[in-house]
Amino acid sequence: MNGVLLDVANLTMRFGGLTAIDDLSFSAQAGHITAIIGPNGAGKTTVFNCITGFYKPTLGRIALARDSATFDLAQMSGHKIASAAHVARTFQNIRLFPRMTVLENLIVAQHNKLMCASGYTIAGLFGLPSYRKAERNAVAKARGWLERIGLVDRADDEAGTLHYGAQRKLEIARALCTDPVLLCLDEPAAGLNARESAELNRLLLDIRATDGVSLLLIEHDMNVVMGISDHIVVLDYGKRIANGTPDAVRADPAVIRAYLGEPDAVESA
Amino acid sequence: MEYFLQQTINGITLGAVYGLIAIGYTMVYGIVGMINFAHGEIYMIGAFIAVIAFTLLGMMGVTWVPAAVLIVLVTAMLFTAAYGWAVERIAYRPLRGSFRLAPLISAIGMSIFLQNYVQLLQGARVKSIQPIVTGAIPLIETGHFQVAVTYIQILIVTLTIALMISFSLLITRTRFGRAQRACEQDQTMAALLGIDVDRTISMTFMIGAILAAVAGVMVTLYYGVVDFFIGFQAGIKAFAAAVLGGIGSLPGAMLGGFLIGLVEAYWSAYFSIEYKDIATFSILILVLIFRPSGLLGRPDVEKV
Repeated sequence: MNGVLLDVANLTMRFGGLTAIDDLSFSAQAGHITAIIGPNGAGKTTVFNCITGFYKPTLGRIALARDSATFDLAQMSGHKIASAAHVARTFQNIRLFPRMTVLENLIVAQHNKLMCASGYTIAGLFGLPSYRKAERNAVAKARGWLERIGLVDRADDEAGTLHYGAQRKLEIARALCTDPVLLCLDEPAAGLNARESAELNRLLLDIRATDGVSLLLIEHDMNVVMGISDHIVVLDYGKRIANGTPDAVRADPAVIRAYLGEPDAVESA
Repeated sequence: MEYFLQQTINGITLGAVYGLIAIGYTMVYGIVGMINFAHGEIYMIGAFIAVIAFTLLGMMGVTWVPAAVLIVLVTAMLFTAAYGWAVERIAYRPLRGSFRLAPLISAIGMSIFLQNYVQLLQGARVKSIQPIVTGAIPLIETGHFQVAVTYIQILIVTLTIALMISFSLLITRTRFGRAQRACEQDQTMAALLGIDVDRTISMTFMIGAILAAVAGVMVTLYYGVVDFFIGFQAGIKAFAAAVLGGIGSLPGAMLGGFLIGLVEAYWSAYFSIEYKDIATFSILILVLIFRPSGLLGRPDVEKV
């Protein structure tokens, strides 16, 4: 698992007169946790939206290299990005299916695999053994995830009734049930307390180690970012202002300027 | 008392038909948030296909009734599924993401179009077929009044209940049902998990159309007459049933259908038959005033 997994080149996104992302290039290594940080409004979520097909970028290329095939995510529709390129994401505000059970949330994420197993409905309709086996596997996989995030006893409750921290973890588990090669997490630690965010760190490191999934992370919580990232990309006003290891980024004067302002401005204020 | 029982039987039969159509309204509303006003026309087309198919089968000499009914049902389902698919593809999908009223207006246009299309192709006159499923089981006989349930009534109610059960299983137990509910709750998220939302919506329209086709075939068998305008009346009543039960709720649509059917039957029996529609729609108005989310609907709670 080495080499570049995601390569963003000259990405530009304009909304009318506003340039949200301006000629941004960066790459994420396979097997790494790459963090995108930056002040509010720097364009982090817009980058995610371009990667996952919500926005069609004005310019640029987003290449995902998987199994010696390369997908240009900028030219693919949302469900194809999930089902063919195997990129999954979570949202800043939790978007579970609140009126489906916890278990169903994890099974619906395996829709594609079941779809193929069912020979596009035919085998499923007649309950052929191959399809039943696929369905059993889907349930087993979901159970495995429930054990890892400690929600086995809530499996049959509606997802909307879980507390916030548990919903976060369920959302991450659901994204992983799609078998992604790249998981994009939009502020996974937002709204979590210190203990929960430490748990999240462990979960994310465990995901990288045992599932071999590369992570792309937007986060404001510096404990999370500095604690687990291999590589950090810093954005400000849609431009990349720094790029490197956590230590290098922490010491970079451009980053300090973006977060704290110019020294003069601070003094005069 | 006997009279009441007879009207209950008639009401349940009518209600079964309304319930089948109402499911189509409620499912489509659930997934795309619009009222498919052309749905009544799909039902009407189902009824016309039944008339044509029965006539053709008669000419071909298929006289064994169960086989004839089965062939007609399957034919009507296939054709209406195609219509349901086409209506969504042509009239609604291009308008998805447009302002809320656009697909609604498009739906009304589609409804008028389909009515006129059938009128042009089939003529405005009432079409009729010979009674096919005949006979009845007498239940109670007093000197002057006989309570009976006809075979066709038994067929309608059992078929409806069987369909409703298998349909509920489809939604709660299968892969398609999960995808359908996921799209209902959050389409973008469903797409991100790899669900083809367009395909799921198409399937929803086709399933709704199939259930309406069954209703159309059953009504053809029950009354023996159809014309190009029956879709409007039945459609609007089934819509009332869906709202009464709580639009978006499947058990609600079924319950609403039976209630509307019963109200209509009782009102025609004890009051004036001319005013039966007024009775039906008055109930709809009362429900909307006192329980706007319907009997089994879940109220939209806005988070402040």
